[in-house]
Amino acid sequence: MHTRSGIRRIDWIVWSLAAVFLAHAAVAAVPPAQAAEPAAYAEECGACHMAYPASLLRPAAWAVVLATLDRHFGVDASLDATARAAVARQLGVDPAVASAATATAAPRITQQGWFREEHDEVSAQLFRSPAVRSAANCNACHAGADRGQFDEHSVRIPR
Amino acid sequence: MFRKALIAATALVAVPALADTPELLLRGYAEQARTTSASYAGPSPAAGRRLFHQQPRDWSCATCHTDQPTATGRHAITGKAIGPLAPSANPERFRNPAKVEKWFKRNCSDTLGRPCTSAEKADLIAFLLDPKNGA
Repeated sequence: MHTRSGIRRIDWIVWSLAAVFLAHAAVAAVPPAQAAEPAAYAEECGACHMAYPASLLRPAAWAVVLATLDRHFGVDASLDATARAAVARQLGVDPAVASAATATAAPRITQQGWFREEHDEVSAQLFRSPAVRSAANCNACHAGADRGQFDEHSVRIPR
Repeated sequence: MFRKALIAATALVAVPALADTPELLLRGYAEQARTTSASYAGPSPAAGRRLFHQQPRDWSCATCHTDQPTATGRHAITGKAIGPLAPSANPERFRNPAKVEKWFKRNCSDTLGRPCTSAEKADLIAFLLDPKNGA
């Protein structure tokens, strides 16, 4: 009995050590590319414009955006395959789909039905005003836009 | 033995970091240019300045980066602020070869409508590092 409990205690210690080792190994095993991924979208896309929250387009629409980066709304925004795959994963898009060639023009968030409906009381003139510049500049009126906050009550129209 | 291995390992880790200064990136592009043309005369800040202002289509470099590379720029379409291009005003510039290549690819395509040559890239960095340009 004494021996059995001794073995059990050793077993317990061995299993604990193994668990701690495996936990560390799992953390260490995260490839550097994946570990850096949370920053990929903000870094690659946020360099030129607000990093639009992923929820503003469907994954299929994001896939078209990612497959047409070399002609991205009038500019070349191309990414190498690794960076594009990291951004794709962050936007909930299969990287293979995101790299497939497509002739379709990239979809505009501001042309989506829900966007037009939500902004039907906003004049084209206000969207073009110097303080706003364009309907794509969410931050001009929605201060929390880059954090995905579009609450109607926190809208501040710049004058 | 262990110490030798440690020194060797440290050297291996340290070597890539050496490439990540604007001066060494400039030298790398100049060496590439020399391999394509034996008569290559070396990087020219003056040629870099001309390239910076060249505008065969809608935009030049200066359209977004302003006439003064030490100043904060503004994206021509989105209006987003762009940190200064000159390393003297922005120490993060020309430190990451992959990032430098990414932006040369995009921006040469948007301004000149074609990829830049290694000689042009060397000229441009030489211009941005030239103290005469306020850099």
